[in-house]
Amino acid sequence: MTATHAKATLPRKVLTFAGLGLILLYCLAPFYWMAVSAFRRPSDQFELTALPAPFSLDNLTAVFSPGVGFGRSLLNSLVVAGTTTVLTLIIGVSAAYALARLHFRFKNAVAALIIATSMFPGISLLVPLLALFTDIGWINTYQSMIVPSLSFALPLAVWNLTAFFRQMPEELEQAAMIDGCTRGQAFRKVILPLAAPGIFTTAIITFIAAWNEFIIALSMVNDSTMQTATVAISRFTGAYGFDQPFGTQMAAGVIVTVPLVVVVLLFQRRIIAGLTAGGVK
Amino acid sequence: MGVRTTVSRATAALGVAVLLASCGSGGDGGGGEQPGGALEGRGEVTFATGKDTSGNMQKLVDEWNSSHPNEQVRIIELPESADAQRQQMVQNAQVKSDAYTILNLDVVWTAEFAANRWVVELPADTVDAGKFLEPAVKTAKYRDKLYAAPVYSDGGLLYYRKDLLDAAGLQPPKTWAELTAACQAVKATQPAIGCYAGQFEKYEGLTVNFDEAVHSAGGDVVDASGKPVVDSPEAKAGLDALVTGFQQGVIPQKAITYKEEEGRRAFQAGELLFHRQWPYQWNLAGKTDGSSQVAGKFDVAPLPGLNGPGSSTLGGHNFAISAFGKNKATALDFIKFFTSEPSQRSNLLATSQAPTLASLYDDAELIKQFPYLPTLKESILSAKPRPQAVRYGDVTQAIQEAAYAALTGAKPSDVALKDLQAKLQELLK
Amino acid sequence: MTAVARRARGATSGAGRLAAALLSPTFVVLGLVVGYPLVAALRESVFREGTDLDESGFVVEGSRFVGVDNYTAIFAGESAVRFWNAFGNTTLFTVITVALEVVIGVAMALVMHHAIRWRGIVRASILVPWAVPTAVSALLWRWIFQADGVANSIIGQQILWTTEGWQAKFAVILADVWKTAPFVGLLVLAGLQIIPNDVYEAARVDGASPWRQFWRITLPLVKPALLVAVLFRVLDALRMFDLPFVLIGSRKESVETLSMVAFDEASSLRFGPAAAYATILFVYVAVTALVFVRLLGADVIGAARERARK
Repeated sequence: MTATHAKATLPRKVLTFAGLGLILLYCLAPFYWMAVSAFRRPSDQFELTALPAPFSLDNLTAVFSPGVGFGRSLLNSLVVAGTTTVLTLIIGVSAAYALARLHFRFKNAVAALIIATSMFPGISLLVPLLALFTDIGWINTYQSMIVPSLSFALPLAVWNLTAFFRQMPEELEQAAMIDGCTRGQAFRKVILPLAAPGIFTTAIITFIAAWNEFIIALSMVNDSTMQTATVAISRFTGAYGFDQPFGTQMAAGVIVTVPLVVVVLLFQRRIIAGLTAGGVK
Repeated sequence: MGVRTTVSRATAALGVAVLLASCGSGGDGGGGEQPGGALEGRGEVTFATGKDTSGNMQKLVDEWNSSHPNEQVRIIELPESADAQRQQMVQNAQVKSDAYTILNLDVVWTAEFAANRWVVELPADTVDAGKFLEPAVKTAKYRDKLYAAPVYSDGGLLYYRKDLLDAAGLQPPKTWAELTAACQAVKATQPAIGCYAGQFEKYEGLTVNFDEAVHSAGGDVVDASGKPVVDSPEAKAGLDALVTGFQQGVIPQKAITYKEEEGRRAFQAGELLFHRQWPYQWNLAGKTDGSSQVAGKFDVAPLPGLNGPGSSTLGGHNFAISAFGKNKATALDFIKFFTSEPSQRSNLLATSQAPTLASLYDDAELIKQFPYLPTLKESILSAKPRPQAVRYGDVTQAIQEAAYAALTGAKPSDVALKDLQAKLQELLK
Repeated sequence: MTAVARRARGATSGAGRLAAALLSPTFVVLGLVVGYPLVAALRESVFREGTDLDESGFVVEGSRFVGVDNYTAIFAGESAVRFWNAFGNTTLFTVITVALEVVIGVAMALVMHHAIRWRGIVRASILVPWAVPTAVSALLWRWIFQADGVANSIIGQQILWTTEGWQAKFAVILADVWKTAPFVGLLVLAGLQIIPNDVYEAARVDGASPWRQFWRITLPLVKPALLVAVLFRVLDALRMFDLPFVLIGSRKESVETLSMVAFDEASSLRFGPAAAYATILFVYVAVTALVFVRLLGADVIGAARERARK
């Protein structure tokens, strides 16, 4: 028994490692090129060598040069994306719970309506939205970026969470309710922890989508102290005329990507550990 | 109870939204001031512009702000790409937003912005016609009325490898035939070098290069009265020069993907003998930090033509005042300040962008720093504007469509031009 | 089961009210940001802006009601050619990118799920393409695919990727799959994580091969998550805009999508026709989603009803 088990796992291990390698290569090779471009000197920006030679931090320092206010932009992005994520989860979880667990008329129509809102080409919503936000005085505010990001993220969040909640056996909740939990408590203590992977994934996807949102942030905000990181990147310019600051843009790309990945990693362990600890496992 | 209030609040919000919808599109004519009226109001203004490449714009704004404490100017930086800049300005005009007061417009946008009443007419004395370059002033006018003040001009130059031409004992070419001949002579010793490139990717740069080719062959895209005349033999000769250039390898195949920057990199890598480019390349190609292989080895000449010197397409930027902005009197003063001689001089020194005041081109001190100024002045003075059209976007797309089809061999040049003529007749009628 | 029967009957009153309370925030937000602009766009699509000039050269203001003219104009003459080309590109991009993303995404999820030691690093790497801002990644790919770029240097040929032709389509597909396969991977991984381990134990005891386990156990159990992922990818791919726009350029026949046509019309100040294009795209997306849900049973909500009926 143990022998066959070991035999089965060896090729499997090799396969897994090969798969790992391929995936890493596929995901990271273009990003590697981005990082390499970021660490070249601006003067040899367009070399094709595999390593930056000589290694240079010029592009990085250019990103954080005082006039640009990139630090402030990162903070704005954090506020917008963070708030969007929290609100999306709160609103999305309650809507998903209703769709997954409650029985009411027009449920399918409601679900269809929610997803229908992500069927219209986003760029065509821009001008009416600008008119609306201008009229209600939302220009240069965080909410002018948060609310649209929220609405772009909600349909996916609701549908995805609904799918997850539905996979949780209803008997668990019923058992908890028999034990004296209210419906809300049963949901919070039983379903949420079990659905943690789904919730966490929804959070990651929402956060990244909001973090990368560009056209709304560009159109609704004209005060540079309120701009987000993606907008700041689009405003980088070279020193002369058409000179495009490719290296600086790539450096900024690395700067906005890497912390995101690191933070997600850290959070992921904490959150999943925390949620499952409180669960009924 | 709680549910009902939430729901009714929701419907209320939607109701408001729908009301706003009907107001927004029905209330036309309410927001805009009549063009030609007095420019009134003093106070804070905003200045929407593309790139502040050197930080000099901010420096000039700071200078203005320190002497005008009650009329502060705030720069709103728009994205780096010209299309995105126009999109932002058009969007704000559509919703009649007062977010932007002063607009930094590309010269080809003047007609569109003026005809749609998105910018206001300026007093004729805003610009002293005697001191400014005449072609630049023309780009700021629509139907003979001034809607903007020319701040930057631009003209194409022929960058050439002086070292290689000198070695072959040649002068910079004045005609396309001389250019091809010079290239063949140089190729005897430098077989790998590409002869010529401009901007041939399908974007605004292609319109610029196509217009130049047509004008330099003695043709016109539109005549003096604005009628399209692009199906002439001269226009065909111009377009054919580019088409055969690609066919015979005088222009490298990959140049079809070139915008300004791709071409500049090729020139700086020593891959090109001749390159049609804007003045900004001068400083970058002359850098000795290793980024340019051709530093000290190149010079500029006026663009060549079919039977003699060619003529450039006019570029540049003008400042206008949004019809929906507040404090237009301040805006006008700021524009005058920005186009004044000291401001333009400091701009030239900081950014090497071509000024619009004629006197700066003849200034010995400036020429010492920017040796190409006399050539540039010549280029701008003989430059031809792109068609001034209210629907310029459609016009330039039609031109790009035709030129790209001819250059890639999708259509013979005469068919492409005939189709273009028909399109333009429809657009410019 | 009386409890079930009771619940089914009482469903409309108590549960209905609770459902309304739980769903209303979603609808308020969606109504404000999507609903209102959508209604505005629909209204716009039956109007046409004036393009005529008055005697002094000003555009005559005001739009006039033109009924379905904006729609019929799309299917006539040159616009029809452009429309069907864009329609074809949109469909082609959607079918190919989503298919590739599903295969690669599921593979990613499986590898991530089985990798124990490196899981953290692998998951972080997979996040990278999805986390790079679209604008920056489009620039990156443009640089990779330019004439002297690294793509050509690797294959040792000079292919002009950004010119018209199959190679432009290929570049767009490659860049899009790179960016969004992780999205599918993440959602599927989450689906894998909630499959209880004992299901596999049982299968292993029964002697099922890994391949069989995948088809018989894994796939059916991640189906809900996978279908949601695919459905939203389809919706997104049908509206593809940024990537071909930045990577290849506007007005390039080979890669022009319906969203790009709508945008292009709007930037030429033809707001009515632009809104009509957007509406047609909306209908196309809706029909696709409907067919998808019917065919593949991505019936996330309906199944709950079934179970309740049982």
